[in-house]
Amino acid sequence: MSEPLVQVDGLTRRFDISKPWLNRVLERQSRQFLTANADVSFSIKKGETFALVGESGSGKSTIAKMIVGLLAPSAGHIRFDGQEMDFASGADMRALRRRFQMIFQDPFASLNPRWRVRDIVAEPIVTFGLLQGSEITREVDRLLEVVGLSATDAAKFPHEFSGGQRQRIAIARALSSKPEFIVCDEPTSALDVSVQAQILNLMRDLQDEFGLTYLLISHDLSVVRHMANCIGVLYLGRLVEVADAKRLFLEPQHPYTRMLLDAVPDLALSGRRRKPVLGEIPNPIDPPSGCAFHPRCPMAADICTAETPLPRVTPTGQAACHFAGQVGEVA
Amino acid sequence: MTGGDMQEPLLTVRDLVVEFPMRRGTLRALDQVSFDIAPGEVLGMVGESGAGKSLTGASIIGLLEPPGRIAGGEIRLRGERIDNLPPEAMRRIRGRRIGMVFQDPLTSLNPLYTVAQQLIQTIRTHMDVSEAEARKRAVALLDRVGIPAAARRIDDYPHHFSGGMRQRVVIALALCAEPELVIADEPTTALDVSVQAQIIDVLKEICAERGASVMLITHDMGVIAETADRVAVLYAGRVAEIGPVRDVIQHARHPYTRGLMGAIPTLEQTSDRLVQIPGAMPRLNAIPKGCAFNPRCEQVFERCYSERPSLRQAAPNHQVACWLTEEGSA
Repeated sequence: MSEPLVQVDGLTRRFDISKPWLNRVLERQSRQFLTANADVSFSIKKGETFALVGESGSGKSTIAKMIVGLLAPSAGHIRFDGQEMDFASGADMRALRRRFQMIFQDPFASLNPRWRVRDIVAEPIVTFGLLQGSEITREVDRLLEVVGLSATDAAKFPHEFSGGQRQRIAIARALSSKPEFIVCDEPTSALDVSVQAQILNLMRDLQDEFGLTYLLISHDLSVVRHMANCIGVLYLGRLVEVADAKRLFLEPQHPYTRMLLDAVPDLALSGRRRKPVLGEIPNPIDPPSGCAFHPRCPMAADICTAETPLPRVTPTGQAACHFAGQVGEVA
Repeated sequence: MTGGDMQEPLLTVRDLVVEFPMRRGTLRALDQVSFDIAPGEVLGMVGESGAGKSLTGASIIGLLEPPGRIAGGEIRLRGERIDNLPPEAMRRIRGRRIGMVFQDPLTSLNPLYTVAQQLIQTIRTHMDVSEAEARKRAVALLDRVGIPAAARRIDDYPHHFSGGMRQRVVIALALCAEPELVIADEPTTALDVSVQAQIIDVLKEICAERGASVMLITHDMGVIAETADRVAVLYAGRVAEIGPVRDVIQHARHPYTRGLMGAIPTLEQTSDRLVQIPGAMPRLNAIPKGCAFNPRCEQVFERCYSERPSLRQAAPNHQVACWLTEEGSA
């Protein structure tokens, strides 16, 4: 049960955003890099949901893409069920690929408008050669029913469905290769709340039924709170805190987590005043020195501008802050 | 600051009907929408996509895109009808008496002009002031909405600003002619949560300061909860429920509002499953007879299939369009 299925170790991704060679020579500029992720490490246990939260530009989706093999990491390792993901060897990678799938944010862009639902859902089955002939049709019908659609929907095209139904089709497709691990990149942020609830409930039911492991990527803390067992908070490409989901919300250890929690609107009208947050996410091309959060941090001291904090063990998990453990007292 | 007191409302919308004539018949996108906004009040307008929130805003400000047209009802600003004004007269109201904040700050600012040019032009279009005076006002306003070093940054182009800063500029632009009403259409949807709170605070404070009313259109119940005085819940182009924010959130009476509130995951909740409303909102060409919510409602009965419920008083200032709500009951 508590065996880690996915292990990410020191994952780093840099993007070269230099100008063309001639411009660099003429304008006497050096190469420029954007560090989308720096030294990200975490592990996901079998049957659990690990959530990554962060604001736009924090590198959530880059991590997702590296884990499913759509982007190669600049440094670091990803291990799936004990096996190193090696992007050089095609055959091993192919065997591994069947075991994980991805659900994307926008169900309008992730389904081919010219394909019938039957072909969309069957594509992984056909690609991996899992079933033949009429078995495929039967399997597609079954999958559609699993996600709450009907077998008759198989003959339709994506445009005949609403956003929530399309996301169900995308889920059916993800399930068709019988994966163990699904990366869900903002699966509900394009949907309305009442439909979001349907999809989140469905995802939980499927997890219970098939023993799935999820990596959930979201900017919505309430969604994450509802779904995750363990949460990683990203800021400018670095994991600033990893903690057990329940405890993260009660005892945030990093000032950024504290700030994110304070910014969530108070729907219960409990009188909890949402604190206005200082500043915005800095430009990732030229991040602040030391701890990237220091310009916005209420606790920043001299050490924060000079030294990048390393992750430290806290009562709830780990946090990358020089003052980890003292956040609650100050705020 | 609730509506329904004796004070004359700033904006009155009565039985507003908006239709889109299409090749295969006419689609009715708004169906008898009625509400008031009192001076200085913040009215939240909430609903799912396609419920008609933005369309209501567009009708008020006279920016309905053809072939959409107002097919019935009336809109009054301080008692004076504005839904049938000629374009020229409407143009003088838009910006001057009704300001507008759109969702995406990148598309609502012109990328080819500096912020100063856009603000000064808007101020001088609506008010009789000199260039220098207009600039002074613009700087003061930017400073007020929280742009650091406003006097210097005013000569920057929109792309020099970050998303949150741009939305502050848009708010300054909406308020620069001192309008009586500001329509804010999803002002924080394109922004990150940490910035969202800042923008909502600025919008709320600055409107309160100037006594401007706000119509806040959003799908985010959380934003409504902490900003609005009253809230109107739209469903399939109709008002399902309207009342003081606290009443609607804590004692929702319409089954749709109740489902909507239960569907939102919150930090405080403990249960494993979210309440879910089965199905989805009907398309405009397939709105059922009777109550538009009847296919998804758990408490549906015969009357809901045959007769459409109109808004009835359920509690003081709290109106609900549902057959389960008895007139005058508390």
